[in-house]
Amino acid sequence: MQCPTQTFCDRCGLPVTEGDHAACAAARALEPPRFCPRCRRRMKVQVVPTGWTATCVEHGTTHG
Amino acid sequence: MSEILDRARTRVLESGAGLDEEQILEVLRLPDEDLPALLQLAHDVRMKWCGPEVEVEGIISLKTGGCPEDCHFCSQSGLFASPVRAVWLDIPSLVEAAKQTAATGATEFCIVAAVRGPDKRLMDQMRAGVKAIKEAVDIQVAASLGMLTKEQVDELVEMGVHRYNHNLETCRSYFPNVVTTHSFEERWETLKMVRDSGMEVCCGGILGLGETIEQRAEFAAQLAELDPHEVPLNFLNPRPGTPLGDRPVVEGKDALRAIAAFRLAMPKTILRYAGGREITLGDLGTRDGLLGGINAVIVGNYLTTLGRPATADLDLLQDLKMPVKSLSATF
Ligand code: SF4
Ligand SMILES: [Zn+2]
Ligand SMILES: [Zn+2]
Repeated sequence: MQCPTQTFCDRCGLPVTEGDHAACAAARALEPPRFCPRCRRRMKVQVVPTGWTATCVEHGTTHG
Repeated sequence: MSEILDRARTRVLESGAGLDEEQILEVLRLPDEDLPALLQLAHDVRMKWCGPEVEVEGIISLKTGGCPEDCHFCSQSGLFASPVRAVWLDIPSLVEAAKQTAATGATEFCIVAAVRGPDKRLMDQMRAGVKAIKEAVDIQVAASLGMLTKEQVDELVEMGVHRYNHNLETCRSYFPNVVTTHSFEERWETLKMVRDSGMEVCCGGILGLGETIEQRAEFAAQLAELDPHEVPLNFLNPRPGTPLGDRPVVEGKDALRAIAAFRLAMPKTILRYAGGREITLGDLGTRDGLLGGINAVIVGNYLTTLGRPATADLDLLQDLKMPVKSLSATF
């Protein structure tokens, strides 16, 4: 189910309601997010061997 | 068994000499039905000349993105519409990543920066970072910071960096199709300086950039000529926004054939599974590669993409009865 705050695809940055993001969702298994799902800003992403953090200046940091 | 494999067996397995370019090409052209025998030979060569140990490494991006170079596969080039933003890692996070890497049993920790070559800020950050890691963690530190000056090579040696990674990426004849902002020869120059300094040379590349099979053989032969201590083998994971973003991934069987061919070209080198193996070969590919010539892995995540969990690789090594190379074995 789609998260209610997710307006934009966090991989390609396009609106989730436009087009098909199944390939993006599949790719995300091996990629961190790049776009903030709320405002579509490009996030500052740091990958480390055991995880990642992604930061939107407006909406804060998520971890994985 | 095919004559090609028979000849390779005599030359590589028995005498420890690598195949030449023409022989590598013959191997890369072997039909699918010869693949199991080829992988077995590559595995036998690795076991005889390198042993059963597997060298485990973690890598970390100290400076991500915003690179002025135009390597057409790279999401960190600032010249393409890639979504990867420039970001620097702070020293406490670097040390924490080294600790987590060591906790997996890894003996190598490679610090990478997306740059043409280091500037003073990066060298200062390296100096502080390597010192902090050495004080806190029992792990060998390697670096990959692009093209170096002789002074920078000496500085890295003095910091205690024991191995330097600088990939040629592809063969000489195809290089200008992949990178236009610097040359194959410039990379070769840095590698020579690293070699002369006494640091271990780590040099590999990426398969699936659009090179022909002949160029894949050319690349393996050029690496063999360089004779690096380690060869990291990547398979293109096409990145959105890069000029190679729409290229198909290397077919699984071709990837395995290439692994075996690179092993037969360089029987004694550390041949490391690096990026793209999950995409090209799926979960089973790691096993096939480790039984086909590979004797080192990068565990966990890569620089901008994610890998299998380290535990998946470590469990597999246990299954295969391949011990993780220990620190004492590396000195
Ligand atoms: S020099 Fe390295 S970081 Fe820069 S574009 Fe080339 S591969 Fe990417
Ligand atoms: Zn998408
Ligand atoms: Zn946001």
